[in-house]
Amino acid sequence: MENKNTSRRDFLLSGILATAALTGCGEAENPFLPEAEVALTGEKVKLLSVTGEVIEIDKAYLKPVPAMPPLTNEQERMGIEGKKFVMVIDLARCKNLKKCQESCNHAHFVEEGQSWVKIHSMQESDLTAPYWQPTTCMHCDEPPCVKVCPVDATFKRQDGIVAIDSDRCIGCRFCMAACPYSTRVFNWEEPTNIPEEVKQQHYSCETSVPQKKGTVGKCDFCPDMVRKGELPHCVSACPNGVFMFGDINEDSVTNGAETYRFSDLIRDKAGYRLMEDLGTKPSVYYLPPVSRNFPYESGIENQDPQDLHHH
Amino acid sequence: MIWTGILVIIGLVGLYAYYRQLRYGLVVTNMRDYVSWGIYISNFVFFVAISLVGSLITAIFRLANVKWATPITRIAEIIAVSAIIFASLIIVIDMGRPERLLNVFIHGRIQSPILWDVIVIGTYLVISVLLLYVPLLPDLKILIKFKENSGKLLNKVYRFQGSFWRGTKDQFKISERSITALCITIIPVAFCIHTVTSWLFATTYRPGWDSTNFGAYFISGAFLVGAGAVVVAMFVFRRFYKLEKYITEMHFEKMGRIVVMLCMLYLYFNINEYLVPAFKMKKAEEAHLMGLFTGEFSLMFWFAISVGMILPIIILLFKKGRKPLPMFIAGVMIVIGAWFKRYLIVTPTLLHPILPMQEVPEAYHHYFPSWEEWAIAMGSMAGVLLIITLFARIYPIIPIQETITEHHENDEAH
Repeated sequence: MENKNTSRRDFLLSGILATAALTGCGEAENPFLPEAEVALTGEKVKLLSVTGEVIEIDKAYLKPVPAMPPLTNEQERMGIEGKKFVMVIDLARCKNLKKCQESCNHAHFVEEGQSWVKIHSMQESDLTAPYWQPTTCMHCDEPPCVKVCPVDATFKRQDGIVAIDSDRCIGCRFCMAACPYSTRVFNWEEPTNIPEEVKQQHYSCETSVPQKKGTVGKCDFCPDMVRKGELPHCVSACPNGVFMFGDINEDSVTNGAETYRFSDLIRDKAGYRLMEDLGTKPSVYYLPPVSRNFPYESGIENQDPQDLHHH
Repeated sequence: MIWTGILVIIGLVGLYAYYRQLRYGLVVTNMRDYVSWGIYISNFVFFVAISLVGSLITAIFRLANVKWATPITRIAEIIAVSAIIFASLIIVIDMGRPERLLNVFIHGRIQSPILWDVIVIGTYLVISVLLLYVPLLPDLKILIKFKENSGKLLNKVYRFQGSFWRGTKDQFKISERSITALCITIIPVAFCIHTVTSWLFATTYRPGWDSTNFGAYFISGAFLVGAGAVVVAMFVFRRFYKLEKYITEMHFEKMGRIVVMLCMLYLYFNINEYLVPAFKMKKAEEAHLMGLFTGEFSLMFWFAISVGMILPIIILLFKKGRKPLPMFIAGVMIVIGAWFKRYLIVTPTLLHPILPMQEVPEAYHHYFPSWEEWAIAMGSMAGVLLIITLFARIYPIIPIQETITEHHENDEAH
């Protein structure tokens, strides 16, 4: 499981950086001697030293280290080298808790009444079984939205992510018409959900924050989280492990608790993609709702009754 | 004056609505995430459609040596120019970030049908303006000659635009040649503007849009609505400028035959567009088609089909129906039917996405334009009519020189 390895490596690395930063010293000095000027708080934290010992220092010595060097627009458009992200959504585990949606909306300050992750109540026909189907952006390999965008405001990255540059989008909404999965939403007005300090931030194609009036928004597969060695918000928020995220080049996906070989999972559980016949080649795979962990009915209370008619 | 005043007021209301839209965002419209294109886009399609008539009457007739159409060429051409101007404007009005319009040129990607539309509509506008201007040159000379008939300002305009025209044989030869060249180029460009406009829809996967019939279907509808608009304009100009001598019953008779043919052609493409999918009733198409045939949009759908096509066919098939007044009525019916037809092409499809529309506010399940949208749409129509009206006030709406030449030719022939 590469992702986890990455995350462990990243964690160690950032630990070292943090240690170096907090001591703020040259090679010659003992890095573990506290700086004299700092007013101690009395609160201790445990750290792993470079030599592998667990040390305890005062909290006052911790200094915030920027999590990530800021990326240029060009880097954000290129994507993460060597990666090809993939998601597997196990319909047998979903009971429409909507935690995925909540955490996604919260993290991206999505407007009230809109969602980037949608959970559909599905039933193919009268006698077939209903089930819950969460949808994210499919991050298609043949993305219809990218094809129609007149200004390259929505684009396909080398890591497979379809992202949006809200600083370039002209708001023609052709991509919304083109997307067969209806995944895109529009900022019809000045976003009302975004805290002032976030609004002042520069827009990033990787966080899709802050959303801007008159432009299109959608699920971005959270590459900013991946860079931090973490999982997308929907994946980590789901208590039932419905979402599995990973890198197809490493043939592995994880929901945080369990990790699978992607190809095994898709083979053993007969994974499929939505609307395969359209030729969009989504990066999101589904596992059919068989041998379910929960009955369909357990999710009804979370759904607006008007949305329970299917087909 | 009252007419112009009304148009200006409607235009100003539209401008105020647009100011509100700029200030608060597209939230002032009733478009939302599912119905993300509304009457702005259907109005755009309508204007592009109506503008095609310029190429029909001016270019196709001219190349086919249809002489009787000469007196109505300028009416057709000014309709084309004003409609295409407002088609371009309304597409900017529909944009969420109109101030980023230049991105289309800075970051334009040629694979997007929008870029194709920008290119062909721009080209069409230029050719149409030239097709309006070049035949106007001999007329400007006549206007300058009779300068006591118009005010000082107008004379200045005429001189600025046409004083270089002396009417020599060489100049006529050049103008004749350039008009022929323009007529030849405008036909493929005209086909392009409406085919590409149809592709804005047909290049998507949505039921009701995902059709290979769309290009031809749009073109035939465009010729119909444009011809209908020309008939209406012929009637109005004839009445108010007392042009009975130039726009005769013969012109109505002949236009009537053309319009009835176009009606049948459009009806034919409609039958293809609706009957074939209805025969199969694929699941995705079913909700859309039933919404049109018997559901939410059935009233509008059958209105557009009957008032926009079937009734005009019935009226115009009879010789008595091809008199000016019934023709005018049929023309109005065609134009109104066509406007609703465009609405039906754009909106119902968006209400029937492939994945079910769930977890959205109840309002998302329906669409009725807000007052701002109506005001802007009406304002754009008023704008089109205003351009035509002002043009007719400033320039002769009947091409003087060409009509004289044609009369001479006729006299010689007899």
